[in-house]
Amino acid sequence: MTKNPLNLRLSEIMSLRGSFEFYRERIDRYNDKLNAFLQVSNPSDSQKEGFPYALKDNILALGTRTTCASRILENYESPYDATVTSKLNNKGGIILGKTNMDEFAMGSSTENSAFGPSRNPWDLDRIPGGSSGGSAAAVAAGLAPFALGSDTGGSVRQPASMCGIVGFKPTYGLVSRYGLVAFASSLDQIGPLTRCAQDAAEVMAMIAGHDPKDSNTLRRNLDFNVSIESDVKGLKFAAPSEMLNYPGLDSGVKERFLSMMEAMRSAGAKVEEISIPSVEYAVATYYLIAPAEASSNLARYDGIRFGSRSPAEDYESLINKNRDSGFGEEVKRRILLGTFTLSATYYDAYYRKALKTRRIMAGELNRVLNEYDYIVNPSSPVIAPRLGEITDPLAYYLMDIYTIPANVAGLPSISVPIGLVDGLPVGLLLTGKRFSDVSLLNAAGGIEDLSPSYENGLAKIPERWAK
Amino acid sequence: MMYKTVIGLEIHAQLKTETKAFCSCRADVFDLEPNTVICPVCTGQPGTLPVLNERVVEFAVMAGIAMNCTINRRSVFDRKNYFYPDLPKGYQITQYFFPIAENGYLYLVNGEEKRRIRIRRIHIEEDAGKMVHQGTESITGSSGSYLDLNRCGVPLIEIVTEPDLKSPVEARIFMELLRDTLRALGVCSGDMEKGALRCDANISMVDESGRSSNRVEVKNINSFKFVEKALEFEQERISKALASGVDVAKETRSWNFSSKETYSMRSKEEENDYRYFPEPDLPELIISDDLIERIERSLPELPWEKVERFMEQYSLPGYDASVLASDSEISSYFEEVAQATGKPKESSNWIMGEVMRLMNDRQLSLEEVKVSPENFKELFDLIEQGKISNKIAKDIFPVIVENGKSPTQLVREKGLQQIDDDTVIEDAVRKAMNDNPAAVQQFRDGKEGVLGYFVGAVMKATKGKANPSKANEIARRLLRD
Repeated sequence: MTKNPLNLRLSEIMSLRGSFEFYRERIDRYNDKLNAFLQVSNPSDSQKEGFPYALKDNILALGTRTTCASRILENYESPYDATVTSKLNNKGGIILGKTNMDEFAMGSSTENSAFGPSRNPWDLDRIPGGSSGGSAAAVAAGLAPFALGSDTGGSVRQPASMCGIVGFKPTYGLVSRYGLVAFASSLDQIGPLTRCAQDAAEVMAMIAGHDPKDSNTLRRNLDFNVSIESDVKGLKFAAPSEMLNYPGLDSGVKERFLSMMEAMRSAGAKVEEISIPSVEYAVATYYLIAPAEASSNLARYDGIRFGSRSPAEDYESLINKNRDSGFGEEVKRRILLGTFTLSATYYDAYYRKALKTRRIMAGELNRVLNEYDYIVNPSSPVIAPRLGEITDPLAYYLMDIYTIPANVAGLPSISVPIGLVDGLPVGLLLTGKRFSDVSLLNAAGGIEDLSPSYENGLAKIPERWAK
Repeated sequence: MMYKTVIGLEIHAQLKTETKAFCSCRADVFDLEPNTVICPVCTGQPGTLPVLNERVVEFAVMAGIAMNCTINRRSVFDRKNYFYPDLPKGYQITQYFFPIAENGYLYLVNGEEKRRIRIRRIHIEEDAGKMVHQGTESITGSSGSYLDLNRCGVPLIEIVTEPDLKSPVEARIFMELLRDTLRALGVCSGDMEKGALRCDANISMVDESGRSSNRVEVKNINSFKFVEKALEFEQERISKALASGVDVAKETRSWNFSSKETYSMRSKEEENDYRYFPEPDLPELIISDDLIERIERSLPELPWEKVERFMEQYSLPGYDASVLASDSEISSYFEEVAQATGKPKESSNWIMGEVMRLMNDRQLSLEEVKVSPENFKELFDLIEQGKISNKIAKDIFPVIVENGKSPTQLVREKGLQQIDDDTVIEDAVRKAMNDNPAAVQQFRDGKEGVLGYFVGAVMKATKGKANPSKANEIARRLLRD
């Protein structure tokens, strides 16, 4: 190889011979430190031509195990290809391996993996974010040119932000969920983790589109075969005051964000502080809807057909024991929360109310987005915490406060790295109206131009991995 | 104390679609080898999603229109959550909050009474799989249990009536009416023994002062006879309890067809909380006016419409009309015969009598018993012209069925023509009078009933070929002489 793939955009890597071996070698060399991959694939020599990518371990690929980082699916072999997997592979994609995650995508740190946490390439003592933390760490350390993750409440964008790369959640329904192990069906969306907006567009061009196997995919086709223009001039951004004044917002992050706003203004953008009152209820709404759907989606893991069987006296205790030993703490917490929320006694008080709040919030966001091009805020209120530093689950839930509104309303949203605070990446989040995905990527490209995180159009890799 | 019986039914009908409700596996799985018709979707593999079969919607709309329901232009699928090994996803896709059809009715005809039975709702749902237990009939105590997931995802509609049925007989008649209707539409085979039609019955009893007993549900009844039997058993059990001042438990019971009793399955306290919520993997079901119009136009004549037409057009009694109309093959056969012969009532008698008897006795299909309308006409003509008696006609009917020969030909070949010749009959009567003078004396002493003996003797002597009315007339004349 004459060129170093770490300095190349995806379009160039796609036609570069030998790139699979290049990344594969890096995985062999570095994965012990990062625990980004749970398993690596071993294609035959003839199968190695094409472009490599990493797949979050909740997306099925025939011939791999799909564990969702859970004991209960530890030995589950995918009996079919997810739609995104077969689309990528048909274009010449080769799976490097399956990446680590929070169990069943529940978490914001990748600490909730049954197979140990992944680590942040910028500081190995810190979390990479989550739940697509393995995918983010893999791309940020240059172990894969891009990875797919799933974003239910920010699980692509938040780890991208904490690892200093781009994470994109498309409009709900643009990418098929067929073959994505469901967490919360009405919120889940597969999205790419890449090193620039242009690469995200390249991946989207390959995976987006109506899928007859997913009834929620949209019949509308967006053209992602575009060259991302780098300009924020003339664009109108709305910064919600509720988000800027959120007490949990780290001062360093806020400062970095505000100076980025200044840079955007200087480049000809209009940035205004506005109010979206309902976003304060985003986290509460999300933690009613997502666990409710999860409690139902995860019911199939009863230890009868998947997972290990525990000895038991009767059917009920068999299920209880199988599920108790198969699921981790956070998954059990959310299943219980969801079961409670949906129970006949509390359905009206909680679930129905959450659906109503969801509609109100979507309405407010859409109203703002009719007036402004994009909503802008930090991707996460904090930089990556240390492993084990946060023990209160609620504190983690609140870390998704900025990313959740896009899932609740089904809007496209992207996190772009905008520099470091205390040596750790900070991300900026842009959210657009439904179907504005392509122009949203363009706006992200404009911000990349102003961001100190980029070198030659690609998000920088921490120096220790750049060799 | 007198009690009124109040019955409501919940009926599951399996739709006769080619493929399952949410995947492309074939739907007709009865009697297939276990687990041969399954795929990642219907077995609930991780990552799979349901895709609604449009035929299921059309069939449900058909049933809804046929039962005079309002078709909801917007309906929603929901999840019903519960754990059981035969439910691979851990939930069943059904419609709970917004069903596809509501507020309909069917007319129930029981003898002279015709009453409107209201349909509360019709909704679409998927079936679960089946467990086969080793050693015992239930999961507890069996040495092993096997899962057959073939039925998973087989499309059903659930039809829920208001509690408008007043007796176990009505419940049975309603089930039959429903089967006939679904069959006429072609949306369900109606075979209860194959599980294509299943019924849960709710029964309660009300005393003269209007006080009602608790409601008892009898689950999974799988034959028309058992619907009636199980409800009769409950009617008896509940009224006895009420009469002795005992509270009837609100519970779910099951019918044991060998002991002819119901037994308690579970009390209401143990009832599941199904945690229904809208199925997030399926969009709302929007039904267009076009679809409804198209289905309305394509709807066949329904059994009760046919009953009314038969009564009017062919002047048939209600009983005949409803027996003939209950099966579309039989009713169209009747119409062919009635038109060919010009004698609707006779046609009805013959089809309900001889044709259906042969089908029953010999377990034959209508196709195998069908005598051509032309042959029927010939047969009727022979009778009318007095060439053969009704009895002879009935005797030779199975032969026509077997070899398809025309009645005229048969009668000629076998020499079965009716004997109208007075002298032959007179000879036979005289011979009988000579053989039994005592009987002659009895007649002359005023015992008219003895006449039958002489007619019978004539018939015997002529092998049944004598014209019966002539035999009667001649015997009477000669005896008087």
